[in-house]
Amino acid sequence: MNFSTDTQASVIAILPEILMTILAVAVLVYDVIWPEERRVQLGYLAGFGLMSIAGVVWLIGVPPAGGLQEQLLLGGMVRHDDMAQIFRVMVILAGALSCLLAMGVLKLRARGDFYAVLIVAVIGASLMSAAADLIMIFLALETTSITLYLLAGYLRDDDRSTEAGLKYFLFGAFTSAFTLYGLSLVYGLTGQTNIYELGKTLATNGLPDPPVVIALGLVAVGFGFKISAVPFHFWTPDVYEGAPTPITALLSSASKAAAVGLLLRFLLAVFPPPELLGALEGVKDYSAFWVQLAAVLSVVSMSLGNVLALVQSNIKRLLAYSTIAHAGYILIGVAAISTDCSGDGAAAVAFYMFMYVLTNILAFGVVILFANATGSEQISDLAGLSRRNPWLALAMTIALLSLAGIPPAAGFIGKFLLFRAAVNANLVWLALVGIVNVIIGLYYYLVVVKVMYMERSEDEDKPIPVGTPYSWALGISVAGVLLFGTILVTPLLDWATDAAHALYVLL
Amino acid sequence: MEASEVSIELYVLLSAILFIMGTMGVLLRRNAILIFMSVELMLNAANLALAAFARQWGNGDGHVMVFFVMTVAAAEVAVGLALIVAIFRTKKSIDIDDLHLFRG
Repeated sequence: MNFSTDTQASVIAILPEILMTILAVAVLVYDVIWPEERRVQLGYLAGFGLMSIAGVVWLIGVPPAGGLQEQLLLGGMVRHDDMAQIFRVMVILAGALSCLLAMGVLKLRARGDFYAVLIVAVIGASLMSAAADLIMIFLALETTSITLYLLAGYLRDDDRSTEAGLKYFLFGAFTSAFTLYGLSLVYGLTGQTNIYELGKTLATNGLPDPPVVIALGLVAVGFGFKISAVPFHFWTPDVYEGAPTPITALLSSASKAAAVGLLLRFLLAVFPPPELLGALEGVKDYSAFWVQLAAVLSVVSMSLGNVLALVQSNIKRLLAYSTIAHAGYILIGVAAISTDCSGDGAAAVAFYMFMYVLTNILAFGVVILFANATGSEQISDLAGLSRRNPWLALAMTIALLSLAGIPPAAGFIGKFLLFRAAVNANLVWLALVGIVNVIIGLYYYLVVVKVMYMERSEDEDKPIPVGTPYSWALGISVAGVLLFGTILVTPLLDWATDAAHALYVLL
Repeated sequence: MEASEVSIELYVLLSAILFIMGTMGVLLRRNAILIFMSVELMLNAANLALAAFARQWGNGDGHVMVFFVMTVAAAEVAVGLALIVAIFRTKKSIDIDDLHLFRG
């Protein structure tokens, strides 16, 4: 295949990464030239810088018209399509809001190096959304991972942070070695590194099943780690609890969203369902393997995540197990993308991730404020929050309702779309397991709401102040969660559907 | 092609053996540095496979990937050792069984 060499299109395809690199350098420069007391503003520079880059992606980064050939740019390294765009906006927004959240953490807020590393993590996540070549996939995955190891262990004097960093690092390096070995087998089976080309070769050259399935399984380990699906979830609660909370927010949103975007693209391109390769002869179908794998991982992730969340007393750990359960819901959508090639499944996953990113940032933002004011992350200490700061309690309630899937929060529509996609793909049983899990999940989310509103505490007369950066971060996420759950459903869903259609163009 | 050429199967077999050795090392060792060395062994097993496949297919893509993997591994070493040092400062131990601040 000849890749497009259009210079302008190539630059636009990686414009967000170029701008973010400039922003990271700018943050470092201002870290040096600004006086100590002004460095607190670095978070605004990084946060609003990233937000404008998200706007640039949305407005200027229109993918080239035409088919696969026009969209595969830079020697086939990236595919600039709507799917890449929607996930990029998501991860960059998550990075921006995390920067604003970091401004509330005393040891982090005046450190330019911290924001610079955070921006590099977002660059990796953004590249993951667009990567279309084995080399780029590996590099983007590692760019995100290595920076996040650093960020998780950033508070060097804090035992819990360094321990979280080391655990995350050891698990991450171990699983990424599996992914790399899987990618090397995929290359060995086809002799190509562009995922769209090698997908066609893999489907038509009549290989025996075992090596292909082994390669798929090895690659799945790395993805399972990134989205914290059971049984690759062991790191999640410890790292979420120990890492600085803005980084926990980033881990649960940007890193996960980018991995989901890459997973959709990788599975559909490398192991495509045969109807997408209609014009080719002698196509072999490997998609059944990953549909089964995703369905099984989905069931165990949802069930284990929800059941273990029931017994947590620390709010960050509770949200960590809820993240594992949500990885299960997302995998329902992943299992549904192959049977039903209309694109509804992929659109549902993209929509769900968008709302999930905003919701998680919101929840962790409230946790930071609360932990700063009280020094505690225990759920029982949330008692009386509605009297100490009613707005904060309301924001947390909206986040929890969205995670639980109750209207008008966006989580309801997201879950509805996922389950509908599963039903359309003849996976009714999977949708039913999902619904049972949503009901289990309701319990522990509502317990937190009950503690905030019904229980009294001795500290009720001590209000919790909300600083300016937090007003921005929480305001934007609340607005997003509510608007995308009500009046803005249609525009976002239309965008996600366009994106999903692009994903199914493999020829 | 020379007559005494080693076949691709042997290279892949060797890389699989190295990969499994690395995996066992990660699972059985308790010292963070040794675990980390085992991870490096796994990465190098993948490198060997990539180089062998690149020769088999007669294109350079595999070699390019090997170079990137080596770069990434170096970056990973820098971050990993820094984290291990940070842990050692507070705990005076790098045994992963001593990492137990979190429960539940």
